Amino acid sequence: MKKFWAWGALIFGLLYFILPLVGMTNFSLKMRRGVYSLDAYAVVLGDPRFQETFTYSILMALSTIVFGVLLVVPTAYWVRLKLPGLRPYIEFITLLPLVIPAIVIVFGYIRLYNTSSWLPLTGTTTGTNILLMFGYSTLALPYMYRSVDTGLRSIDIATLTEAAQSLGAGWTTILAKIILPNVLVAVLSGAFLTFAIVIGEFTMAALLNRPAFGPYMQLLGANRAYEPAALAVMSFALTWGCLGLIQLVSRFQKGAQSPA
Amino acid sequence: MSFLNLTSIQKSFGPVQVVKDFNMVIEKGEFVSFLGPSGCGKTTVLRMIAGFETPSGGTITINGKSQANLRPNQRNIGMVFQAYALFPNMNVAENVAFGLRVAGRPKAEVDQRVKEMLGLIKLDHLADRYPYQMSGGQQQRVALARALAPKPQVLLLDEPLSALDAKIRVSLREEIRMIQQQLGITTVFVTHDQEEALSISDRIVVMNAGKADQIGAPAEIYNRPATRFVASFVGTLNLIEAKVVDPASNRISIGDQGVTLREPLGNAKAGDTISLALRPEAGSIAPDAKGDTALTGEVISSNFLGSVIRTRMKVGTAVISFDMFNSPGLVPPAVGETATLRFTATDLLIIRD
Ligand SMILES: Nc1ncnc2c1ncn2[C@@H]1O[C@H](COP(=O)(O)OP(=O)(O)O)[C@@H](O)[C@H]1O
Ligand SMILES: [Mg+2]
Repeated sequence: MKKFWAWGALIFGLLYFILPLVGMTNFSLKMRRGVYSLDAYAVVLGDPRFQETFTYSILMALSTIVFGVLLVVPTAYWVRLKLPGLRPYIEFITLLPLVIPAIVIVFGYIRLYNTSSWLPLTGTTTGTNILLMFGYSTLALPYMYRSVDTGLRSIDIATLTEAAQSLGAGWTTILAKIILPNVLVAVLSGAFLTFAIVIGEFTMAALLNRPAFGPYMQLLGANRAYEPAALAVMSFALTWGCLGLIQLVSRFQKGAQSPA
Repeated sequence: MSFLNLTSIQKSFGPVQVVKDFNMVIEKGEFVSFLGPSGCGKTTVLRMIAGFETPSGGTITINGKSQANLRPNQRNIGMVFQAYALFPNMNVAENVAFGLRVAGRPKAEVDQRVKEMLGLIKLDHLADRYPYQMSGGQQQRVALARALAPKPQVLLLDEPLSALDAKIRVSLREEIRMIQQQLGITTVFVTHDQEEALSISDRIVVMNAGKADQIGAPAEIYNRPATRFVASFVGTLNLIEAKVVDPASNRISIGDQGVTLREPLGNAKAGDTISLALRPEAGSIAPDAKGDTALTGEVISSNFLGSVIRTRMKVGTAVISFDMFNSPGLVPPAVGETATLRFTATDLLIIRD
């Protein structure tokens, strides 16, 4: 009986989740009257604004990942190595973006860095792009930090650091040659999550008025019928692709590092 | 001029002083062991030599050069850890090459040296293996090769064998000693295992609560322990309470049986209690046993340990245990039997501290 209810709940959940997806996919294929076709997808992919915003968001995602890795890996490493007492506080700070809405963060940015401020980042396109990247990094911080911190836990960083130091290595070498390669899988999981977040993000990009993919999806959704459905299916596939890659790399690591 | 000098080294962690006035002079090419129980400060001294801890006081010089302002990566000291600490993302050859690559040596030289080091530890055939694909003993040999590859001035080993099983521990310690002698490298080896220290060292520093209790060659430490601590920590040893009978003639008594010591009693007075040490292998109860001194008592236990038979005997209130080599014809003494233990008076050491 207990099993029955468990299965029931599972099936209900799946239906709740899958039916809309099926419906949406079905709808996205019906642009041509009476037959299934990929017309909606062709329209979306052929739209120059799609190409433009998608490329922009991918570039933003990549720079966010690079910036995030450069910020988080040394920080998490240093905190674990030298300031273990600070870990709870750092962890708390990295979790703040989960409770502070993006809109609050971006309004804060605009107030602090507007054209009449001491650092007028919003005055130029590059400046705004940088500001947006910082914003994305903030959003990704909880995932990136946790992921890297967990990765660091699985190696004995104190002893490895000392071994490397006694062999003449400085901090840069230790981080680049020893720490980063050993938490690469954790970094990649964090990177894929960051990628998924940045690709779909709307609030920050819209308020900073940058041509990102999130605002484009919103715009399309407000004005067209079939194309938004096609777009939703595609971005959904992309996000799940990222999650799949996380699974793949963590499995790859288990294979490579299983202790003898 | 000695090679590695530790002068009045002290180290405190907060209010706790874990190393107190540690002095040691190590010659070039010497193999010195720090021997002591867990928590006595061995690792802390080693880490100060390596530069991972800063002494609270005192100076460390290597080859006449003060190490005070040198960071660990500037000291050119090889280090081997108990937990191997091989880089998990690198294979054996890359691990061994790490120090040379960091130093920016040309590729040909690095390859040549890696080959040489792998030959030295007899693991040429495992150059492509990753650490997780190897046994603990193999990993530790790689760690040794990695530490030696950049030709360090000093090699430091912190309980390198403690994580290995007994058999490998013995073979690897001999290998370490052989390699050390072959390269003539100045080595400090930390261990809590007295047999390990006795078997491979040129000299041993017996450490107790942050101080060096005794420094000397293995035989010296074993045969002439300077303090009660050294006597009890190194080897198994009988500590016997005795009463001074006549200080002028070195007469004492153990359980009412008179004994004349060779060592002068110093300023002890008649009636004082003194501590004597006697190694279990110093005496025998065999009928043909030699010795100028005899103690008679009751056998209270007799254990067959394979190559030796360990017997405990009660002399007055003192319990003395002694070992006899096993031989096919030997009949172990029975419990309750009265036996006479003979030994040479010079084997009875006075323990003063
Ligand atoms: N970083 C540290 N902070 C505080 N106490 C320490 C630290 N390192 C070692 N100690 C203390 O110093 C003492 C000596 O430690 P250690 O040198 O590791 O001993 P050993 O290697 O002989 O077992 C121990 O009581 C240990 O708890
Ligand atoms: Mg130790």
